[in-house]
Amino acid sequence: MDKKKFGIQQVVAAGIGTALFVVLTEVQIPLVIVPNTALQVRAALLGFLSAVYGPIVGCVVGLLGHALGDAFFYGGVWWSWVVPEGVVGLVIGLLAKYYNVREGEFGGKQIGIFNLVQVVANAVAWIVVAPVLDIVIYAEPANKVFAQGALAFLANVIITAILGTLLGVAYAKLIAKSSSLQKED
Amino acid sequence: MARKLLTYEKKNTWIDRLSGITKLVFFICWSVTSMMTYDTRVLVFMLVASLFLFKISKTEWRQVGSVFKFIIFFLILNVSAIFLFSPNQGEVIYGTRTVLCGSGRYTVTAEQLFYEMNIVLKYLTIVPSIFIFMVTTNPSELAASLNRMGIHYNVGYSIAIALRYIPDIQNDFTKIKNAQMARGIEMSKKGRLFERIKATTAIIFPLVFSSMNRIDTISTAMELRNFGRYKKRTWYMSRKLEKNDYAVIITMILFMIIALTITYIDGSRFYNPFI
Amino acid sequence: MTDKSLTPIIEFTNFTFKYRAQVEPTLYDINLKIYPGEKILIIGPSGSGKSTLANCINGLVPHIYTGDISGSVTIAGKNAKELDIFNISKTVGTVLQDTDGQFIGLTVAEDIAFALENNMIPQQEILEKVARTAETVEVSSLLECAPGELSGGQKQRVSMAGVMIEDIEVMLFDEPLANLDPATGKRAIELIDSIQKDEKKTVIIIEHRLEDALYCDADRIIVVNEGRIAADLSPDDLLATDILNETGIREPLYVTALKYAGCVIESEDEAGQISTMHIDKHASKVRDWYYSTEAVPVIEHKNDVLSIENVSFSYNETRKTLADISFTVKEGEMMAIVGKNGAGKTTLSNLICGFINPDSGVIKLKGEDIAPLSIKERGERVGLVMQNPNQMISKTMIFDEVALGLVTRGVPEDEIKERVNNVLKICGLYPFRNWPVSALSYGQKKRVTIASILVLEPEIIILDEPTAGQDYRHYTEIMEFIKSINEEAGTTIIMITHDMHLMLEYTERAVVIADGVLLADSTPAAILTNSEIADKAYLKRTSLYDLSKACGIDDADGFTEHFIMMERKLREEVNHGA
Repeated sequence: MDKKKFGIQQVVAAGIGTALFVVLTEVQIPLVIVPNTALQVRAALLGFLSAVYGPIVGCVVGLLGHALGDAFFYGGVWWSWVVPEGVVGLVIGLLAKYYNVREGEFGGKQIGIFNLVQVVANAVAWIVVAPVLDIVIYAEPANKVFAQGALAFLANVIITAILGTLLGVAYAKLIAKSSSLQKED
Repeated sequence: MARKLLTYEKKNTWIDRLSGITKLVFFICWSVTSMMTYDTRVLVFMLVASLFLFKISKTEWRQVGSVFKFIIFFLILNVSAIFLFSPNQGEVIYGTRTVLCGSGRYTVTAEQLFYEMNIVLKYLTIVPSIFIFMVTTNPSELAASLNRMGIHYNVGYSIAIALRYIPDIQNDFTKIKNAQMARGIEMSKKGRLFERIKATTAIIFPLVFSSMNRIDTISTAMELRNFGRYKKRTWYMSRKLEKNDYAVIITMILFMIIALTITYIDGSRFYNPFI
Repeated sequence: MTDKSLTPIIEFTNFTFKYRAQVEPTLYDINLKIYPGEKILIIGPSGSGKSTLANCINGLVPHIYTGDISGSVTIAGKNAKELDIFNISKTVGTVLQDTDGQFIGLTVAEDIAFALENNMIPQQEILEKVARTAETVEVSSLLECAPGELSGGQKQRVSMAGVMIEDIEVMLFDEPLANLDPATGKRAIELIDSIQKDEKKTVIIIEHRLEDALYCDADRIIVVNEGRIAADLSPDDLLATDILNETGIREPLYVTALKYAGCVIESEDEAGQISTMHIDKHASKVRDWYYSTEAVPVIEHKNDVLSIENVSFSYNETRKTLADISFTVKEGEMMAIVGKNGAGKTTLSNLICGFINPDSGVIKLKGEDIAPLSIKERGERVGLVMQNPNQMISKTMIFDEVALGLVTRGVPEDEIKERVNNVLKICGLYPFRNWPVSALSYGQKKRVTIASILVLEPEIIILDEPTAGQDYRHYTEIMEFIKSINEEAGTTIIMITHDMHLMLEYTERAVVIADGVLLADSTPAAILTNSEIADKAYLKRTSLYDLSKACGIDDADGFTEHFIMMERKLREEVNHGA
């Protein structure tokens, strides 16, 4: 069915996306190799939602979701890590038309572009924006914040590459028109 | 049951009765000051003041206890990491070196301790303000306030919808997780990374896709009730600014100016007791 | 009431509609007039086009769901094509089926105010109107509540208030009974009725549960089938025809019972309401039927498979969610746990599955205390099927979804293949095994979720509201399937439900829970003819009770048993014939 209610749907998508992001804050997959670090399932969700709903929704979900999730669960809002999350959503969302998740096509080529973009987006966010903000706001030592940023970059790239891609593939299959299906004996 | 979240609870204190705008201004001024300053005197004042506010807002320990424990844990981790990565950061900032004990790379200096204490203070000053903001601000009234400040109501409504549906989605999450656990899906620490990620898909996929269906239902319902018809809308929860609101807003802006003046008057954002 | 001297408020003229993405039209050549002040029921099976018809009335077609139109719809005299959704909503207010999806406000008051806010009504006026409207639908005491604190029935009232607050003329209800327990549904119908009469609104109700929707009289019933209007009659006239059976809509139980007894219902019998129907001329036939048929003895199940012994549970200190519950489930039986929403049914199934642990009491499986077993270990013996299959299916291919539980348990690949294929055959899904799940209907998805549990070979399967929101045909399809699992695989079936038809027709025994206490443990017929229990559990006394009393049969319980026996016999004949 066709729907042409762009505005409202984006508002709602940003709201529901944020709610999902907040709820998934506590769902983490521990990286056994490096203690005390975990893959954030919500990072994959952000990549996927940005690819489906575009840059504005992606940016809002990143900013609002990170701020609310941290405030709800951890009682603090670390702006230096909230802003980069918005950057990730924005960048992945800006190039949404190149991966066509919404159109139900998410094959090899689209998966490749999506992952290229998400690596770049995460690099900008976590290796540039987050450490710089940490230095400016908190005067934290550069080597520490860049190491932290690199780790976050790596973790988010891995989870988005695996879980984000799987979400995209599953979603594309879900909305694709199924034709030429035949019963088998 | 999920962990208790930090959420709004209606109470009848004067802080509670302030408009959402006032609380937002308070929160912004407070955050900005706390982020910009590294002046120990200002930070100590802010911490004491916010503990005082905490008390008069009648925020209770049960509302914030579990969250507070996490913050302490996080702070310990963070200051340890700073020491590990950069034990000389204090010297670089304050320009002197007062050895307290130890030797070699990890010599403990008074400057390092003082610097790390300031970081702890900086983090701690912001925490009570968030607690207060979260537990005393009625989200609907805040959305209304944002709109009055000239921010489009779409923004306020994205926030309102997020807050409205967080409990519902959290319920769905618990339900789905339980049902999948009964089928044998475990989100354990065992197994290879890829396998563990795949196990979470059994919970994440149904949750995400059924929530996306919900987006369509909600937008239809909103459209049928005329959301987005005009450039502006009115608000049931809207509140006019009262005397107290203006008083708080002016105080906060003055406070920010004074605090930042004290901080930067000597040309540096750091307060240096070592010279 | 119908007053044809008025101008119709809604009028379809030679209206045909085809969704853009579809090949065939969904509605063909509809001609329909709805007059101001009328109360109309629109009924039809799933996929008949009744929802599309509703969407044409509230403007979602063609303004959101686009497509090709011929003919016209006029709303309050204006062509709907030339109005936008905002204008149409000034005349038509829609209460959707999903009570959570349409509850947008953070509190009751804000949700009621939503439409006024969007139309820039001044705050003072909003406050007054909200207070007044809340009173009409009896939610005044709940104005500050968040949606999470409300029951389904209360949420629906709030939704009604949310559309009534604008001075609309037509109220459109999309399946208002789908998510409510029977007693709450009855109250909803009463409230709709009083709103129609007191506020002089035109009311249009889309439903497939005819008997419940007819609890208060309607002026006309429009039957939609395969995109066309199959009937446009008064309830009395409609029940004197065979149209309902032909279109696959369930007749009221008392009508079916009268037909079993060989009675021919005519318009002048006024069969629309059992309370006012002229039964006298049929009474002797009904009595003859009742005394001539013999009750078949119930199959005795001997061995206990699950026993709940003095189980109590509470989420917080102040209130016990479940207090001292004890009952047993026999091996191979099909039984129901019934009671109103929030009575503790789901808590009970969560306890059995081990998601939560009882504060006191013991749960035994075949005599063995299951407290030490993990959730996963219990899952191999007690399977749980969620209400919404979309919340359970995580794989895109059917085979993978059914295999999931085995894969995670490390079963060898050959064995997985064999067991999955076996289960798929039992479930009638084998021909679809390589299909994506997205190509399946809701009922087929339900089968997939049941198959994915069945493959673990549990001793018991718990189904949460297995038929919620399904029309009669799909309901029958799903329930017959569950019954066949019970018979062929010997699996014990526990169903959590508030569907009275389901418990009457498909269970041998029901446990009634109300406010955390076990109220009854008896046959469905006995429970549903006992007003006291039915009231406390928010069930509704079956109309078979009224029929038997009206015909001078005192043993309403026995009469109901006879009826069920007849139903089952006829259904078996159909199954064997097919």
